[in-house]
Amino acid sequence: MNNVIVVTSGKGGVGKTTTSANIGVGLARLGKRVVLMDTDIGLRNLDVVLGLENRIVYDLVDVVSGTCRLKQALIKDKRYDGLYLLPAAQTKDKNAITPEQSKALVEELEKEFDYVIIDCPAGIERGFQNAIAGAKSAIVVTVPEVSSVRDADRIIGLLGAAEVEDMKLLINRLRPDLVKKGDMLAIDDTLEILGIDLIGVIPEDELIFRSSNLGEPAVTDDSSKAGKAYREVVDRILGKDVPISTPEEKTGFFGKVRKLFGGKE
Amino acid sequence: MAMFGLFGNKKKTSSSVAKDRLKLVLIHDRAGTSSNNEMIEMMKRDILKVISEYIEIDESEFELDIKTAKGGKDRVFSEIVANIPIKRVRKMGKNKY
Repeated sequence: MNNVIVVTSGKGGVGKTTTSANIGVGLARLGKRVVLMDTDIGLRNLDVVLGLENRIVYDLVDVVSGTCRLKQALIKDKRYDGLYLLPAAQTKDKNAITPEQSKALVEELEKEFDYVIIDCPAGIERGFQNAIAGAKSAIVVTVPEVSSVRDADRIIGLLGAAEVEDMKLLINRLRPDLVKKGDMLAIDDTLEILGIDLIGVIPEDELIFRSSNLGEPAVTDDSSKAGKAYREVVDRILGKDVPISTPEEKTGFFGKVRKLFGGKE
Repeated sequence: MAMFGLFGNKKKTSSSVAKDRLKLVLIHDRAGTSSNNEMIEMMKRDILKVISEYIEIDESEFELDIKTAKGGKDRVFSEIVANIPIKRVRKMGKNKY
């Protein structure tokens, strides 16, 4: 993927911010210089997910309005050398900046960093337009559920119209047990409906709650299934050919025998 | 459920219902976007061109739309509905009747 990536979804609550944080930290722990840009003005959250909420002095709107210099607003992460956050403003609204200003800002950031990861707000209005203005690639996050997939389709259409052609799908919170029972859209079904390539599948993982409680993205946690899946997503962003390890439950020989006799697994 | 599967009973799972519903709703969502309106206009122009070679039609009343229809057994599908008022059937030189 390209060096400026917007993480978007249309629908809220599907994991855009969690995904942005994990990708940012995942790239930084491999030695890349990364800036995470929170464009959700008025509802910022990337700071808390990263555990950097106490260090914010200036924000994105301050930079655009000339209240401070770009470097003053960038917050350096404690754990990873090359990782920075550009926080959103919390007390302004989305009309405080324009897509043109946002694009100019991204172009500045691009000079300093290997990757610019843009966390997009929910919706398709100004906040979305601001977030995609400077993006060269997009990760569309969806959960395997009708309203989220529908909104993802709308976003894919809007990204295409805005000429962000390099789009990849990230399926979040997959429950292999529900897929098997036929009560959750399978990976292939979602791909068939949306018609874009997959960058990864993140299984539902209780440890995600723990990681956002602590402000430590799961990508650093070796025991987390979601963390492992995010590490693979990061590898694919870097162009490595990692096969998608679909977290579908493995059915062993005895499982197959039981299934043959109509038993539950 | 697995038992039914063994005897080939194709009871629909909720995920396959979801898939069908999504496919249908997306046809409409996509049809409502500006690029699709453009496609429908292009289609109208081409259809008009072909039909006009045989039949004179009222261009101002020509309607073309993508709609939802119901078939037997509550089957729902999308269809193209065209309403093309005829003004006059042209006399064709090589008419086979």
